[in-house]
Amino acid sequence: MSSALAIIAAVTLFALYLGIRARHGHDMSLEQWTVGGRSFGTAFVFLLMAGEIYTTFTFLGGSGFAYGKGAPVYYILAYGTLAYILSYWMLPPVWRFAKTHRVVSQPHFFTRKYESASLGVLVAVVDVAALIPYLVLQLKGLGIIVSTASYGAIPSSAAIWIGAAVVTIYVTVSGVRGSAWNSVVKDLLILGIVLFLGIYLPIHYYGGLGQMFHAIDAARPGFLTFPEKGSSVTWFQSTVLLTALGFFMWPHTFGSVFTAKDERIFRRNAIVLPLYQLILLFVFFVGFAAALKVPGLKGGDIDLSLFKLSLATFDPWFVGVIGAAGVLTALVPGSMILTTASTLLANDIYRGLVKRDASDETVARLARFFVPVVAVVAVLFTLHGGETIVALLLMGYSFVTQLFPAVICSLAPRNRATRQGASCGIVVGVAVVAATTLFKLSVGQLMPFLPDALKDVNIGFIALALNVVVFVVVSALTQPQARAEQSRVHTH
Amino acid sequence: MSFRLLAVLPFIGILLGVPFVNRVEPLVLGMPFVLAWIVMWVVLSSVIMGLVYRFDPANRQGSSGEEVRS
Repeated sequence: MSSALAIIAAVTLFALYLGIRARHGHDMSLEQWTVGGRSFGTAFVFLLMAGEIYTTFTFLGGSGFAYGKGAPVYYILAYGTLAYILSYWMLPPVWRFAKTHRVVSQPHFFTRKYESASLGVLVAVVDVAALIPYLVLQLKGLGIIVSTASYGAIPSSAAIWIGAAVVTIYVTVSGVRGSAWNSVVKDLLILGIVLFLGIYLPIHYYGGLGQMFHAIDAARPGFLTFPEKGSSVTWFQSTVLLTALGFFMWPHTFGSVFTAKDERIFRRNAIVLPLYQLILLFVFFVGFAAALKVPGLKGGDIDLSLFKLSLATFDPWFVGVIGAAGVLTALVPGSMILTTASTLLANDIYRGLVKRDASDETVARLARFFVPVVAVVAVLFTLHGGETIVALLLMGYSFVTQLFPAVICSLAPRNRATRQGASCGIVVGVAVVAATTLFKLSVGQLMPFLPDALKDVNIGFIALALNVVVFVVVSALTQPQARAEQSRVHTH
Repeated sequence: MSFRLLAVLPFIGILLGVPFVNRVEPLVLGMPFVLAWIVMWVVLSSVIMGLVYRFDPANRQGSSGEEVRS
């Protein structure tokens, strides 16, 4: 067994141990399992929310994006920042409502806010459709990392099964607590590694950061700025705004809000989280360093740039450490997604659709039963899904963004929106996203009469705009009916 | 409240500012100018949210839990 493999195996076992140990001293009721009994302090909530930024997508994808596309990668840094600013005002009222009504998931939030179980089921279906491809992406990344860092000793399919088994075990035992404990280890490790790589590689290969960027600019003019067409400045603006709105709509991120023990945590985190994101900068530096040193990676292989450069630079044991950090970037978000997806299936789809009067105990038991089921489905998709999964993933972010209007309106002191309006808006938004993604349409194709600059606007905006229009119109039309029903509820 | 308007600045800086700074030279702290511009706004966002937190009456001692609605 190589030293790299030994280190990866040791860290994986430690993650399993820690994930199981996290349960210690807590009996796992539904509220404990899904939202940690709403008892997490600043540090845990911070790490769970930051967990969203440091997934395999950013570790491999961030460097790969910089390597393959150049300047457009900057958008990752921008959207999170704007999302955190919004979170200062958005999350405290969400948390307050969730605490009062003992909400454990995002569809549950909708069910209570709009007093509609069917809206909850709709949101749960949208959520699961967005979450499964996200989990598949984490597993895919895990497979790539382990097979590369073990120098091919472990095939990626074996790594995927092992990784899925590890998260399944500790999620079943400890729920969100397992994710929280492991995110501490993950963030420390990733922090150290990324800072080191991002500083060392440019100095080692180019003599410094400035020299590196000068060399890239000379070799590939235009690579470091936004191009005229395609991923242009307009694309940047529209994508940053759209993804900033969608950021907290991911059900597992939304769910991490419920774990907090008081609302001031969110306001405090809004100060620090933008800075914490700057670590991504060093991931970009790695990708840029690889651009001239290990050229030639094409298509999906650009995600391997970080590892290709590391293999060319370091001893096997250190490649093992990088691999271990990479494994954790897949396991921790993977475990959060798994907890969330299982909760959605049990609490919102089963209780919302099949058996309205199911007790919390039944739902908690069922949620845990769903963990291995979801994991196996995700593994099978990973191994046999092929290209369709990529299309699904592109849709995922746009899907959850469609929930934004209904969430924001529900936070107003007097919510004018109705359940019918929210449902119709979400259905229309999701349908437009699905249609435009499947047929690969762009704004330029749909509206060829627009000036060139506007043709690069993110297509997701069309979906969101139609969603808002339908949401407002249907809400306006269903006003009196909703009021009549509300007064009927009150007279009960 | 006026201090909340501060939070609009990063949106303006990042979303509206980038078209005007989309160039490589001069490098700032070794980074292409447009990247340095975005990084500057990330840091400023943190500073701004720190100020907002300070001035926000919702965070005063003793008012825990009760949000001041505006």
